[in-house]
Amino acid sequence: MSTPLLSIKGLTKTYPGVVANDDVSFDIGTNEVHALLGENGAGKSTLVKMIYGLVKPDSGTMTWNGQLFAPPEPKAARASGVAMVFQHFSLFDALSVAENVALGMENPPAMRDLARRIRRVSETYGLPLDPNRTVGDLSAGERQRVEIIRCLLQDPKLLIMDEPTSVLTPQEVEILFQTLNKLKAEGTSILYISHKLEEIRALCDHATILRLGKNVGECVPADTSARDMAELMVGDTLQTPTRTTEKAGAVVLDVSGLTLEPTNDYGTTLKNIHFTVRAGEILGIGGVAGNGQDELLSALSGESLTWPDSIKVNGQDVANLGPNARRGMGILAAPEERLGHAAAPDLSLTENALLTGAIREGLTNNGFVNWSKTTEFADTIIKEFDVRTPGNHVAARALSGGNLQKFVIGREVLQRPEVLVVNQPTWGVDAAAAASIRQALLDLAAGGAAIVVISQDLDELMEISDRFGALNEGRLSDLRPAAGLSIDEIGLMMGGAHGMEVAHVGDEEKEGASA
Amino acid sequence: MIALEKRPTPSRALSLSTPLIAVIITMIMGGLLFSVLGKNPIEAIRTIFWDPVFGEFAFYYRPQLLVKAAPLVLIAIGLSLGFKAGIWNIGAEGQYIMGAICGAAVGLAFYPTESRLIFPLMIIAGALGGWAWGMIPALLKVRFGTNEILVSLMLVYVADQLLASMSLGLLRNPEGMGFPGSRNFSDFPAGSSWINEAAGLHWGMAFAFIAVIFSYILLNRHILGFNIRLTGEAPRAARFAGVNPTRLILFCLGTSGALAGLAGFFEVTGPSGQINIDFASGYGFTAIIVAFLGRLHPVGILLAALLMALTYVGGDLAQGNLGLPSAAIQVFQGMLLFFLLALDLLTNYRVVLKSKGAA
Repeated sequence: MSTPLLSIKGLTKTYPGVVANDDVSFDIGTNEVHALLGENGAGKSTLVKMIYGLVKPDSGTMTWNGQLFAPPEPKAARASGVAMVFQHFSLFDALSVAENVALGMENPPAMRDLARRIRRVSETYGLPLDPNRTVGDLSAGERQRVEIIRCLLQDPKLLIMDEPTSVLTPQEVEILFQTLNKLKAEGTSILYISHKLEEIRALCDHATILRLGKNVGECVPADTSARDMAELMVGDTLQTPTRTTEKAGAVVLDVSGLTLEPTNDYGTTLKNIHFTVRAGEILGIGGVAGNGQDELLSALSGESLTWPDSIKVNGQDVANLGPNARRGMGILAAPEERLGHAAAPDLSLTENALLTGAIREGLTNNGFVNWSKTTEFADTIIKEFDVRTPGNHVAARALSGGNLQKFVIGREVLQRPEVLVVNQPTWGVDAAAAASIRQALLDLAAGGAAIVVISQDLDELMEISDRFGALNEGRLSDLRPAAGLSIDEIGLMMGGAHGMEVAHVGDEEKEGASA
Repeated sequence: MIALEKRPTPSRALSLSTPLIAVIITMIMGGLLFSVLGKNPIEAIRTIFWDPVFGEFAFYYRPQLLVKAAPLVLIAIGLSLGFKAGIWNIGAEGQYIMGAICGAAVGLAFYPTESRLIFPLMIIAGALGGWAWGMIPALLKVRFGTNEILVSLMLVYVADQLLASMSLGLLRNPEGMGFPGSRNFSDFPAGSSWINEAAGLHWGMAFAFIAVIFSYILLNRHILGFNIRLTGEAPRAARFAGVNPTRLILFCLGTSGALAGLAGFFEVTGPSGQINIDFASGYGFTAIIVAFLGRLHPVGILLAALLMALTYVGGDLAQGNLGLPSAAIQVFQGMLLFFLLALDLLTNYRVVLKSKGAA
């Protein structure tokens, strides 16, 4: 092979107390899709931050097309042709899509031209997006499109993507892969970070696996099984969740004719949703982000009240009860947004344990908080769910996403729910933690709880749910047994390819040439 | 290059020490200001901060400090509840006036009856007056979504007009020979808030202490206090935790109104003595500074109110002894809040020195 596009040699970065990267070396070739695999804390983000110029390595060198490459800041990295789609979006809620894109550019063109360019790129690469919409009203999936388009506008030579497919339907993933393959054919290399091993096997030419900051192996994903890659990543044999559910008790949760107007202008209206969940059953609800998942959770948690008799638990109407009254009846929920919804960022873990635990754990007495009992409850969550934190006094925002997610899920699971509704239980969580969260949900079902798992991770839903349905524009598809569903069938239940088009990069070039 | 870096957890040490640092910087900058005005800065600072507490006439000024601090504590405690929840009552001055008018009116209605029952009745009327004035922005906010900052602030001016009307009309002293102002409560023992006027003690101080203790318990031990903090920190998480925002708005604005009303009531029946046109002296606004200077923490508010009282008493002293303009004292108080808010940044961010290029 000729000179690699980017060659990394012996990169080391130490933070006080942690070696984030220890002598990491690998090459990314031209026209290559290179996967970077590793658990949370394996050093993937530090590594890509060094490539993107956000962090300066302690030692080691990078060469870009044979030249020494040491970007002092992201601007320099972008000038060389590195673009990055972050896992955590760096967007301003109050600004429009086009304004957000303009903020990331060195010399933004006039807003109208920019809007036109955004439209063109979004059509070309099959990522539909209206440049005039306010980012605050976009779903997670749409926000990610903004980030991707922002990068594509820079004509990057190396595109770094951090977990890009978590919010797409299978058909959309396939189209994105076609887009990425087209990009690759055009000469763009891609550094692809993901936990989804099957995806990596389908897309990537090479994979580098990091564990505890070290490069522990490279492989050609197409020739390596997902299990082998996972075990390299974890450094141990992987526990796949096991289920011991005795099937189907009585109907616990009965939703019929649930209709709900959204609370914000761009939310999704829930339209006439019917389903039942039995004791010991897990209902998986899939769908592309922004199709009513948040609204469904808030209707079930009691944050939004609905018409009488639309939600019944054990035969009793709860539609007009608030969150705490429902908690009293054993209906618990864990929302998708960890910081700011499921947990308060600046409050300690103990205080966050009180947030939903007050009622069922009996943490208050005539309104007075029993802090020692609350601390105990927080410590139990931390211990049982292996939340890595210096202690229960730490602010929620100081925890990594995965650890906070374990805390949030653990907090609800440990309250012995009769009905548990979770939205995106393993979003941004590493493989081992995700497996333990799923196992906890399965154990809970085995214990007789009725569980609704709303997720955009189809592998997850197929792994743990008994029945499956998909939300599409606020409507719920018919429910089908999860066993034996094919990916195509699921995709159709989710509404197919959602108005996405296959990338037509070639046409675009012709059009550009004739213009 | 100097850069700011977000701290993973807010620094507790700095959160406690920034008020102190702000006071020191204010002293330095204030000293500069005074020297520009042609006064000896050290003498001016000493007159403001030292003389009232430890000077020759401290026996006179020390009770004065408590008299000034009591209404500030009462109002600021009430405000801090709302501020913690992100509910901004800027109109405590109006609630203070209304509490004074209502409490005084009930007392004057009984004049000259002497009964132990009159004073408790007046206290209730004072609290209700402030509460009702606070409920106006609260109800408008929950019913029509109006902005409580504007409504509460505008109502200060309405209350001011009512005060003038009362002093000239309904509550005017019938034996006052046409001068504006009500009867003086020093002539009406049953309606006076003084416990011991010579020692400078009145019931407002007792209520201020009780308010500090209750607020401390509420915020640290009670689920309602937790809900208040939660709503301020993360409104969506608060709704998820089952907090009813409507009830919280009514509670916070009502409580801060009632406490401001009490402050006004104790002031009018004690240190001020009568309902008069110039009764409103800005405590309701200064209490906003006190609330923030005290970190919205009950004990902090107590200390901040004493400090603010010191700048009042010391400022008066400096005006009298050194001829400092009263505006200079107000600038001084304003600086205090300014530096405090600026330094606040340091509790959530740390300053890091970075060599250029290593971004």
